[in-house]
Amino acid sequence: MMLLSGYDPVMYSRMLTGLTLAFHIIFATIGVGVPLMIALAEWIGIKRGDEHYLLMARRWARGFVITVAVGVVTGTAIGLQLSLLWPSFMRVAGQSIALPLFLETFAFFFEAIFLGIYLYTWDRFKNRQTHLWLLIPVVLGSSASACFITIVNAFMNAPAGVTVKNGHIVDISPFGAMLSPAMPTKVSHVLVTAYLTCAFILAAISAWSLLKGRDHVYYKKALKLTMVSACVFLLASAAIGDLSGKYLAKYQPEKLAAMEWHFETTKQAPLVLGGVLTEDNRIKYGLKIPFALSFLAHGLPNAEVTGLNDIPEDEHPPLFIHYLFDTKMAFVSIMVAIGAAFLVLLWRKRDAVYRNKWMLRGIIAAAPLAMLTIEHGWIFSEVGRQPWLLRGIMRTTEGATASDHVDTMLIVFALLYLVLAVSAVTVLIRMFRSNPAEEEIAAKGIQGGGEL
Amino acid sequence: MSYEVLGITVLWIFLFGYLIVASIDFGAGFFSYYSTITGKRHLINNIIERYLSPVWEVTNVFLVFFFVGFVGFFPDTAYYYGTALLIPGSIAIVLLALRGSYYAFNTYGTNKNNRFYMLLYGASGLLIPASLSTVMTISEGGYIQVSDSGKVTFLFSKLIASTYSWTVVLLALVSVLYISAMFLSYYADRANDRGAFEVVRKYALAWSGPTILCSLLVFFAIRGHNAEHFERMTQHAWMFVLSFACFLIAVYHVWTRKRLGLSFIFVMLQFGFAFFGYGAGHLPYILYPYLTIHDNFTSRPMALALISVFILGLLLLVPSLYLLMRLFLFDTKYVQGKRGK
Repeated sequence: MMLLSGYDPVMYSRMLTGLTLAFHIIFATIGVGVPLMIALAEWIGIKRGDEHYLLMARRWARGFVITVAVGVVTGTAIGLQLSLLWPSFMRVAGQSIALPLFLETFAFFFEAIFLGIYLYTWDRFKNRQTHLWLLIPVVLGSSASACFITIVNAFMNAPAGVTVKNGHIVDISPFGAMLSPAMPTKVSHVLVTAYLTCAFILAAISAWSLLKGRDHVYYKKALKLTMVSACVFLLASAAIGDLSGKYLAKYQPEKLAAMEWHFETTKQAPLVLGGVLTEDNRIKYGLKIPFALSFLAHGLPNAEVTGLNDIPEDEHPPLFIHYLFDTKMAFVSIMVAIGAAFLVLLWRKRDAVYRNKWMLRGIIAAAPLAMLTIEHGWIFSEVGRQPWLLRGIMRTTEGATASDHVDTMLIVFALLYLVLAVSAVTVLIRMFRSNPAEEEIAAKGIQGGGEL
Repeated sequence: MSYEVLGITVLWIFLFGYLIVASIDFGAGFFSYYSTITGKRHLINNIIERYLSPVWEVTNVFLVFFFVGFVGFFPDTAYYYGTALLIPGSIAIVLLALRGSYYAFNTYGTNKNNRFYMLLYGASGLLIPASLSTVMTISEGGYIQVSDSGKVTFLFSKLIASTYSWTVVLLALVSVLYISAMFLSYYADRANDRGAFEVVRKYALAWSGPTILCSLLVFFAIRGHNAEHFERMTQHAWMFVLSFACFLIAVYHVWTRKRLGLSFIFVMLQFGFAFFGYGAGHLPYILYPYLTIHDNFTSRPMALALISVFILGLLLLVPSLYLLMRLFLFDTKYVQGKRGK
């Protein structure tokens, strides 16, 4: 409650930035992942000459436009808010990481141009392949813009390519700053989890229709395509997640230590699952897995892991990130279970996957869980770098605006996002409810369209 | 040419690009709503929608591009403008957000032509240029106070009370309507849609007078507000004379209903000359009198990197933009609505 008594521009700036990002990330994730799924569907449709997949691509694209609109406007918001709320930070960022910011806009520009063309040329070219080609720049552009903006964030977590003298950046290598040690793991993690989340979201939509008893083969094809993709992306993100842990141990040990409540620097460090932290930093009810943290951090059970006590107290991240991380991992394990169950069921008795109510319910649950995992992952990553805005260079308090009225703006934007969220969801639901796939298939006179 | 001048020129070109495409977009939104109340919607809605649908996203990127580039080349601007613009900037963001998303909800959703969505869309189209133009006003100086310790205070009440700021807002509003109507006249003519053409032609002619009047007004207001800037603008007087000549040629063609493509090129030239004349007079200041383009310009390697990336990016963007225009602007069949989606 202390935080809310009295006007503190730093606190309000953090809250407003957090709110905008949390909202934008939902649409940004969809913006990165869905084009890939649309491309997959259209490609399969052309390859097999199956009209169902082509319709799938078209229907996904139709809904995608709505989410893109919200993604574009909230992206513009966060772009401007960076300068409005963090003017001192942007002064430094402008010197050091203007390049990836600039490149991000280029990628986005490229994507926007081709998305406009793609959406309005479904029946324009004689050769269907031509239309599919238009989607390649959209997929490349959306993934590239995610990549570049993550590079900016990677720099904030582990600045590279700069020389710091007395807390000021003096020497900059623009391309060097892009190759921060955090970059490879962060970029790949962001991309793969975005693909994963979108595969689950689209799977949940098909599962919903199947659960309602609409058993058109269209939904089965959609479910199979999206779930198999989701399983592939799950495997990839697990591998990258492991690398992220090793990155943390090497470059941001304080984040790893805070997230695992690891106080004493030791060898054969145990991993703590769950638990509660008491006032005097003792762990209660936690489940300790011996050697696991050493293994997670360095791949060897005997490796030494830095503890929080070896890090200056005013550089400790908040310890509650442990809860964030554990919740995130719980979500991940549920998703893995659902993915595995789907594969097993598909392999053992093919058709049950599309009829088993619990399977379908599980898939529907996986979509919001995947999105929550993205949110938790981001909050964990961002809060875990506190008190730094630029790790080792600039503290968060030094970067924020001193301007009045940030509190008013927080309310204004909270209302804006609420209105946008409600409208977008209403429009999307209405769009698909009033025009179900089987009706569109009948109206277009699509015949057969190949077997599952 | 020094890196600073090169940088600001590149950015100015982008801002000019935004000025043209956004004006078309903002004005079209307003006309679209206005035609609904006046019962002429059935006449002009088709051409507006056919043009806007494929390009609305691209418009926004011009703006983002401009301010990201600006902070990249001139990091100190983030500090001064960022602190000062919290309120006008946030208002602009909210309006842009409502406008962009409700356009999509209205166009792609099932509940087409929802009156409320249209009102939001039309009204924001006029308010956004007004709120964005405050940045131009602030850049002239006099609305920001910087204390000895470097704390920036924005003098909001001074901005509200200033005649100069209101003339700029007025110019922004009428120019948006003028540019948009001139473009729509060209587009309707290409579409061979006589009904729509006659409607938007009237809009174009009606807004041409106020546009030139407001330009003169701003000219005089600058003299009162920032004499130094006015002085430097008179050194580029030929640009403003040319701008006026282009205006006459553009309006003449719309008046005689002939060669409307050429007419719109002259509209762009008209604003081009005025915009670059204004910009050249503004130099070297970015924020009078605190910030010039030489203060804390980004480091040499970063400037080089940004410019190289910019050129490479253009090699990618220009052909793509050309393709977009080929498919939706210069494709007669599409413009006339004879192509399926």
